[in-house]
Amino acid sequence: MTAVVNVFLKEGVLDPQGKAAHHALDSLGFASVEDVRIGKQIILKLKTDDKAEAEVEVREMCETLLANTVIEDYTIEIN
Amino acid sequence: MQKRSLKVAVLRFPGTNCEFDTQYAFEKLGHSTELVWHENETLPENIDLIVVPGGFSYGDYLRSGSIARFSPVMKAVVSFANDGGKVLGICNGFQILTEAGLLPGALKRNNNLHFISKHQNLCVINNDNPFLNLCEKGEVLNIPIAHADGNYYIDGAGFKKLEANKQILLRYCDEKGEPVVVNGSVTSIAGICNESKNVFGLMPHPERALEAILGSEDGLRMLQGFEA
Repeated sequence: MTAVVNVFLKEGVLDPQGKAAHHALDSLGFASVEDVRIGKQIILKLKTDDKAEAEVEVREMCETLLANTVIEDYTIEIN
Repeated sequence: MQKRSLKVAVLRFPGTNCEFDTQYAFEKLGHSTELVWHENETLPENIDLIVVPGGFSYGDYLRSGSIARFSPVMKAVVSFANDGGKVLGICNGFQILTEAGLLPGALKRNNNLHFISKHQNLCVINNDNPFLNLCEKGEVLNIPIAHADGNYYIDGAGFKKLEANKQILLRYCDEKGEPVVVNGSVTSIAGICNESKNVFGLMPHPERALEAILGSEDGLRMLQGFEA
């Protein structure tokens, strides 16, 4: 199965890349944009078929390595 | 004061690039140094100081310092630090020490997204620690910076603890010592230490400020602090 991990800077932590992209969208005339956040997506191919087990393990991977929880939040999607 | 000769271990990860400058700096001050490869599980015996030097360990993949902190040698570094041993992280070394949890907070991408490389004034905020004890409080030092991820972040509660416990070591400032925004760091913080004041981290490079003819020798006095 596949786990899709999305890592973003926490709300309230300034995202300079998002801000720069927002500014660029503004200058291109896309006035409808309220905020831009840029994160990263990590796709893991897992050997297990047990969804619950996978979720526990991927959460541990996020807490240990994939995200820095001082500044980042993450979401996990398992398919 | 009798000068004490130190035994300094300088760590080396794939992508480290300031290890020789760091060795040069401590040897210029009369200390002995030894490079320690990241795959080593043990440290040399009887060392007085570990320096985690600057560079781009593991190409800054994922986050700066995030992979290096799991190198075999880091287990030994963490237990050395927990036993009260002195550890200094410079630039990428600072990032590695925050990722390893030896120092609070985290280092984010610079607010202007640029790699900033220049001489920068720093104000000494606290000197009652084994690193900056030869510098005066409020003194302005001129030390080069060279980083893309030097934007120090810590939450409000963490910041209060840093301040109350005098863990803020250095701030980016102008020539008069007034704080300036360089990379977006919380209150312009350039360097901090841990609560027990034996682990130090800073983004500027004291090992690049050793000769007046090359712009500044203020780095000597910083590194000499460890001799006391």
